[in-house]
Amino acid sequence: MKKVFGRPEALTDVPTHYCPGCTHGIIHRLIAEVIDELGVREKTIGISPVGCAVLAYDYFNCDFVEASHGRAPAVATGIKRTLPDSVVFSYQGDGDLASIGAAEIVHAATRGEKITVIFVNNAIYGMTGGQMAPTTLPGQRTTTSPRGRDVESAGYPIRVAELLSSLSGVAYISRVSATSPANVTKAKRAVRKAFETQIQGKGFSLVEFLSTCPINWGMSPLEAMKWIDEKMSVYYPLGDFTRVPEVG
Amino acid sequence: MGEKVLMKGNEAIAEAAILAGCRHFFGYPITPQNEIPEYMSRRMPEVGGVFLQAESEVAGSNMVYGAACAGARVMTTSSSPGISLMQEAVSYMAGAELPCVLVNIVRGGPGLGGIQGSQADYFQATKGGGHGDYKLIVLAPASVQELMDLTITAFDLADMYRNPVMIMGDAILGQMMEPVIPGRREKADLPPKTWATVGAKMRPKNVITSLSLDPAKLEQHNFNLGKKYRRIADEQVRYKTYMADDAETLLVAYGTCARIAQAAIDMARERGLRVGLFRPISLWPFPYDALQQTAEESLRVLTVEMSLGQMVEDVRLAILGTKPVHFHGRTGGMTPTPREVLDEIERIVEEGI
Amino acid sequence: MQEQVIFAGFGGQGVLLIGQLVTYAGMIEGAHVSWMPSYGPEMRGGTANCHVVVSSKEVSSPLVTEPTSLIALNKPSLDKFAPWVERGGLIIYNSSLVESPPERTDVRVLAVPANKVANELGDLRTANMVALGAYLATTRVVGCDTVLDAMKRVLPERRHNLIPLNRQALARGIEIASVWHSRDPGEVSGAQ
Ligand SMILES: Cc1ncc(C[n+]2csc(CCOP(=O)(O)OP(=O)(O)O)c2C)c(N)n1
Ligand code: SF4
Repeated sequence: MKKVFGRPEALTDVPTHYCPGCTHGIIHRLIAEVIDELGVREKTIGISPVGCAVLAYDYFNCDFVEASHGRAPAVATGIKRTLPDSVVFSYQGDGDLASIGAAEIVHAATRGEKITVIFVNNAIYGMTGGQMAPTTLPGQRTTTSPRGRDVESAGYPIRVAELLSSLSGVAYISRVSATSPANVTKAKRAVRKAFETQIQGKGFSLVEFLSTCPINWGMSPLEAMKWIDEKMSVYYPLGDFTRVPEVG
Repeated sequence: MGEKVLMKGNEAIAEAAILAGCRHFFGYPITPQNEIPEYMSRRMPEVGGVFLQAESEVAGSNMVYGAACAGARVMTTSSSPGISLMQEAVSYMAGAELPCVLVNIVRGGPGLGGIQGSQADYFQATKGGGHGDYKLIVLAPASVQELMDLTITAFDLADMYRNPVMIMGDAILGQMMEPVIPGRREKADLPPKTWATVGAKMRPKNVITSLSLDPAKLEQHNFNLGKKYRRIADEQVRYKTYMADDAETLLVAYGTCARIAQAAIDMARERGLRVGLFRPISLWPFPYDALQQTAEESLRVLTVEMSLGQMVEDVRLAILGTKPVHFHGRTGGMTPTPREVLDEIERIVEEGI
Repeated sequence: MQEQVIFAGFGGQGVLLIGQLVTYAGMIEGAHVSWMPSYGPEMRGGTANCHVVVSSKEVSSPLVTEPTSLIALNKPSLDKFAPWVERGGLIIYNSSLVESPPERTDVRVLAVPANKVANELGDLRTANMVALGAYLATTRVVGCDTVLDAMKRVLPERRHNLIPLNRQALARGIEIASVWHSRDPGEVSGAQ
């Protein structure tokens, strides 16, 4: 059954707290639609991060666990190893996944944990008020890079999809955005593929969304979408990242 | 003395560190102390210092460990969940006797908790937190001016005793603005950092470690630490009192709670009740003797905290069962109101307990 | 003198700023002051408020739980804080956004059509200054000139061009309050 306009069963009827023009909401919806379409709502367990999506457990209508900052892949591992038949996904921002949680994500990926990670890259710390993220673009101004990110002292942004795709445990990785109807369609296909990868027991799967944060970027929602298309997608190219074949 | 400026508590801490000669700051964002790293990201480049946003509090606190080994005046700041992540480095630094300043702008816990002010990290700060036999010097300011002054003091104490020093504030102190006269560092007589690992030029090599596989040696190291802690306990007790001389009911509170207690005391005095305040400023070393003496003539003690009751255990140790020690607490980010404290004062006075 | 005020409204209405101006002005005039903002996670909307104490003696609690005055720029703030105001205190509310006055007869209530006046001045963002003007004229807690002086120090240089307009808005607020004061107190409680 495919509902196009109605609320997916896997979403609750609760208004979200996200700012106007924030794509966290669209991403929630795509995940919920995929969960519905695959008919796995009753065996899905979600893990919410510490970040703007911390309250995701209010919006998804499935079992949910709140993890400490960055540790969602470890918590997901614990759940999946206890309930191998469940569908486990974590939902993490760039600070959560690529900064404080960099170790956990790398090891979950390399172990080939059969979990799905939804990685929301908005190039900034949203919840705490716009500090620099590991994915902040060179020269981008944030409250802790007031003169623009200086790669000399703050280093370079991490391309998470590329980085993880070098690990043998990874079965599927894709980078998508939600800036146009065509991109949303592609994004949903990627989310579906990631969940299917997990369900088929193939290994670790991750979808990286380039996502907006108009409030902390100091842009209108429209400008924010444009900034993703014109700036972010240049540094972070969209598309699938082919898995490196197992050696030996 | 400079001119009065209106400053947020968090900014006062950051500027105080700069005034104290701190040129290395490592930190990770967390509410309600983000103003500190944000201020440092602007200010450090202006004074030729280093600001680095670490990838986590685990990393940030170990960057502090490194900079301290290299002889720097170094600071990191965070709030409760982040401070929990730093406990490993804190234990290593205490073990290796490294000077540094840590700031905890406490918020409600446990776990992710909330972002409003709390004092529920008292045990963590004063009784350990990390593993092993160690002590932090813990200072609890109650105003923006004190945040400034005690932060400057903290750097000197750290160097003087080769020990981590923690400033324990709370979200209210960090967020509020009050007039401040920018502090000045009194030139303390500080020992040279001959132990620092800066390169073994014209001297035998220095090694900084907290490892000691021979238990007899480790015991001796702990004994030495213990001796140092006793010296600190002799020399660094800090507290203030307010209307305590004739107080029948003595309130004990620190930080924001002391401010609230003071408001309640003013209300109680208007009603003719003899109430006063004992305010520990050094939470470790805790002013046991001073409190015991101050409470000598009082009939009862009432501890007010933003927790389920943590400092009250030290208050009981000071009073040693000689009179009733009552407790009033709000927690989880809630703050007691002066009225609420007054009600509690009236209740225990009326019941004569 | 011990003035304990809560300034409250929607985030973005500038209630933290007018609270800061009063605090700064109090400091300039040699009073003891404190300012305590509400704060939350970044994503919100929601309401904002600040607690301000201006006192002739040292400020004990920076948290205001029994305000002598409340300046409420929207309805949720008025609903929340009106019951807190101490007997005989003052409530100033934004009658452009709040239809009915608070149900309290033991406090002075002044309705200020802040948004309407701000719109007349050509900039809705000055609604906070209109309310502030009315507050200053009613309580005289700090001088209006000192507030203008504080504005120069609180606002970043690039926004100093807004000062003349803010001065006009303050003046309009003062005017509204003086008309109110010249009337019989009984008659104007809750006047629109
Ligand atoms: C141990 C710990 N450190 C820091 C924080 C504060 N904190 C909350 S959310 C967050 C980062 C949010 O950024 P991101 O992960 O990019 O998600 P977004 O809010 O942008 O969606 C931080 C640092 C915390 N809660 N716990
Ligand atoms: S702060 Fe940014 S990421 Fe968070 S809800 Fe608002 S727009 Fe979205």
